[in-house]
Amino acid sequence: MDDMNLFAAAPEIVLAVAAMAILVVDLFVAAPRRNVTYALSLAALLATAAVCGLFLAQDAVVYAFGGLYVTDPLANVLKLFALLATALALVYAQGYARDRGIWHGEFMVLALMAALGVMVMISANNLLTVYLGLELQALALYALVAVRRDEVRATEAAMKYFALGALASGFLLYGMSMLYGAAGTLDLNELARNIAAGQVASRAALVLGTVFIVAGLAFKLGAVPFHMWLPDVYHGAPTPVTLLIGTAPKLAAFAIAFRLLVEGLLPLAVDWQQMLALLAVASLAIGNVTAIAQSNLKRMLAYSTIGQMGFMLLAMFSGVVGGNAMTAANAWSAAMFYVITYAITTLGTFGVILLLARQGFEAEEIADLKGLNRRSPWYAFVMLLLMFSLAGIPPTVGFYAKLIVLQALLGGGMGALGGNTAIWLAVVAVLFSLVAAYYYLRVVKVMYFDEPADREPIAATPEMRVALSVNGAFVLILGVVPQYLLALCAQATVRALGG
Amino acid sequence: MQNTLPWLSLAIWLPIGFGVLIAAAGRDENAGVVRAVALAGSLVSLLVTLPLYTGFDPAQAGLQFVERAPWIERLNAWYYLGIDGLSVWFVILTAFITVIVVIAGWEVIESRVAQYYASFLILSGLMIGVFAAADALLFYIFFEATLIPMYVIIGIWGGPNRVYAAFKFFLYTLAGSLLMLIALVYLYYASGGSFDLAAWREVKIPLAAQVLLFLAFFAAFSVKVPMWPVHTWLPDAHVEAPTGGSVVLAAIMLKLGAYGFLRFSLPITPDAAHELSWLIIALSLIAVVYIGFVALVQTDMKKLVAYSSIAHMGFVTLGFFIFNQIGVEGAIVQMISHGFVSGAMFLCIGVMYDRMHSRNIADYGGVVNTMPRFAAFMMLFAMANCGLPGTSGFVGEFYVILGAVKFNFWIGLVAATTLILGAAYSLWMYKRVIFGGVANSQVAGLADIGGRELLMLALVAAAVLWLGVYPKPFTDLIGASVADLLAHVAQSKLP
Repeated sequence: MDDMNLFAAAPEIVLAVAAMAILVVDLFVAAPRRNVTYALSLAALLATAAVCGLFLAQDAVVYAFGGLYVTDPLANVLKLFALLATALALVYAQGYARDRGIWHGEFMVLALMAALGVMVMISANNLLTVYLGLELQALALYALVAVRRDEVRATEAAMKYFALGALASGFLLYGMSMLYGAAGTLDLNELARNIAAGQVASRAALVLGTVFIVAGLAFKLGAVPFHMWLPDVYHGAPTPVTLLIGTAPKLAAFAIAFRLLVEGLLPLAVDWQQMLALLAVASLAIGNVTAIAQSNLKRMLAYSTIGQMGFMLLAMFSGVVGGNAMTAANAWSAAMFYVITYAITTLGTFGVILLLARQGFEAEEIADLKGLNRRSPWYAFVMLLLMFSLAGIPPTVGFYAKLIVLQALLGGGMGALGGNTAIWLAVVAVLFSLVAAYYYLRVVKVMYFDEPADREPIAATPEMRVALSVNGAFVLILGVVPQYLLALCAQATVRALGG
Repeated sequence: MQNTLPWLSLAIWLPIGFGVLIAAAGRDENAGVVRAVALAGSLVSLLVTLPLYTGFDPAQAGLQFVERAPWIERLNAWYYLGIDGLSVWFVILTAFITVIVVIAGWEVIESRVAQYYASFLILSGLMIGVFAAADALLFYIFFEATLIPMYVIIGIWGGPNRVYAAFKFFLYTLAGSLLMLIALVYLYYASGGSFDLAAWREVKIPLAAQVLLFLAFFAAFSVKVPMWPVHTWLPDAHVEAPTGGSVVLAAIMLKLGAYGFLRFSLPITPDAAHELSWLIIALSLIAVVYIGFVALVQTDMKKLVAYSSIAHMGFVTLGFFIFNQIGVEGAIVQMISHGFVSGAMFLCIGVMYDRMHSRNIADYGGVVNTMPRFAAFMMLFAMANCGLPGTSGFVGEFYVILGAVKFNFWIGLVAATTLILGAAYSLWMYKRVIFGGVANSQVAGLADIGGRELLMLALVAAAVLWLGVYPKPFTDLIGASVADLLAHVAQSKLP
């Protein structure tokens, strides 16, 4: 564990080197030939994804940099999806960003840097590594939100994102310092061992530190009451950037929640479980109810994200019984499946918004989708699948995500919470899914039941059409054969917990 | 029994395959081809259900035509299909009604023809899936997935208030089934990690839990049936849906709920079913009597038939919860019969609506003068709707009343009022619409039914008469499975 083991960090090294090389190459590429940068960025992401895929096939748990860093199947699965999501986001972004004059080399390099930050967070095995990855990702995204300098709304969103994001980072860092003060270590495994062995200076500091950690995580996930930044940023940021914020970083937030709470703070499960339960119920309620009132699609999706994260939190707190790590595996693998399928679905929904957008037209109001079925039956169908997936209606993948979370919730034994509490929480969760179904159905209604207000032909690049079609089909295919991804998530969490 | 081909899978996936094909390749410019392919698809799908009848062994109570393949290992969910006497007729009925619906929409639907037929074919496959599923998760997926095409059907091709009706339909039924999902997950754990319905029948569950499970199932299925007081979505959905949508809703989708009672509530929570049978019986009788009166005062023909559906389905749920062979058999026959009769009533209203663009009883009168052939068919269906001997409506109602009298004389007496109420609302409507002098110039200008309409009405009429005159082929297949179900329900499952 004490050696450098550079090879374990190969994906990050590949991506970091590629990102810097692309930054330099882009200086010598004239604006009309920006496609060179674009192709190189995609190649870098896919090459890195390939390395992650190879690592995944080896199914090994390897530590690097003297234990600062870990590469396990969980990390590889999440990285693979994060990289693919970033690549897909770039494909979707191309036309939109070109039309609005933000298709610069920096856009792509910053996206790569954000992806790198996501990867570092996913592989972190030390409090400082977590923070390092988080800041790398966040700084890249702050800049991306502000990439349209001349746009007031985007600038305002960037300010909010920066101020509140910095606050969240501060929370996390403060929490980490308390943990360090109490347990005397920054290493996550050692932290868990020390707490379990009772080698802590002050239990109060430990619990208080956990509170700050959970608050910081809730910020990053967008759980109520730390959700205020999310609608404004989703709404204000250029749509491709919203796409970048809404997908890979959610996978990273899941990963650091797993690393911090399960790997590092498992002995304190009773404390953080209750906090997560409250966050979950509040997010389900506020996210889903507020989403109904939205007329802007991006804002609606932002509030729906809050609700979706609430549902995912339900799985996160339900699996730990008596401080036994292995009982957490099932529940956290449910959350992992949830967040991955959420990322796939979100990619598609913002993809459709980008598909419909064109020069001078954002297509971000729900009403802009009017009569889409008349204009393009196929993309209307893709959007229908995505909406039903978010609503959790079979045969789309979103149904299994909800099912598996309910399964985790009812089966966990619940640690601090009793069995009956689990059933009532499940009832609350499905009732808010019902509320959520209303606003997702409204999007389908607008597309299918209304007459089109806008009859412009859809202008999109061929690769975007293919990617979006595959993305939509994936939601349905995974809805018919979800077993492989489910098994992958289960195996990854078990391995991450030392099984 | 040896079956060479996976008939059930074919029955499910053939219509879905045709539907996907039509949706993907169909263009509104060549609607004729789309209609022909849809008809071919529905006919082929009907053909593959026939071996289910010819190869069915009536003496056997368990599942037949079983197909079992691993599916989601992590949840121990299987792609597990099989039918028994409770479900065999519904698979065939669904395929049959789909053919009728395709014919019914032939000239009527002019916009987005491909999507229309694709929705119905996919819906047909999904509904057959519900009847054929022997794995609870598979059942639930098919059960829920049917909402999507129906939502689209009501919303796109429906009447002026279609959006409201589509939302109400979707959210109402979703509310019920989400609670059932929790029950399914609970039973998954209670049975030691399985979604096998046969295994769930054997699980011992304490009474308090059984009651909660029963209520969860009740939430899902009573909305779907629908039972009073959660029936209000049905009149809205029926009135707004296009004719084909109304036919499928009445003929099959309502049966999904009733079928759920047979598959889940009765065998899995038998003690709770006995404990709470008073509730179901009371609600069923309210449906029969109160909704019967409500039907009487309707001025809209579709609403009237919708309320009559609720009343008839009250008979079905009554038959299930009096726990005797004749009652349950009668209820199942009533389900099949209601599939034909209510479907036929909606077809008749559709025929008139296509000509007059009105469903108001007051706009009609004396239709028999201009449409004598049509009037003859509608007469038959109206008679079947009020349970005239010789039509399918009689068999089921008679059985259920017999069963109910056996169970408790007074319940039987109240249930029997349906014969009066049914006759009252069906025949009174018939009289006002069909008989009398020609009411107005529009009615005077009506053209009688053509070959297409004749064909579809004749097909259903044949089924109604067959089931009414010679119900033996129907009841023979049902008997063994019902006896097995009742023997099982009679045993306590308390730990």
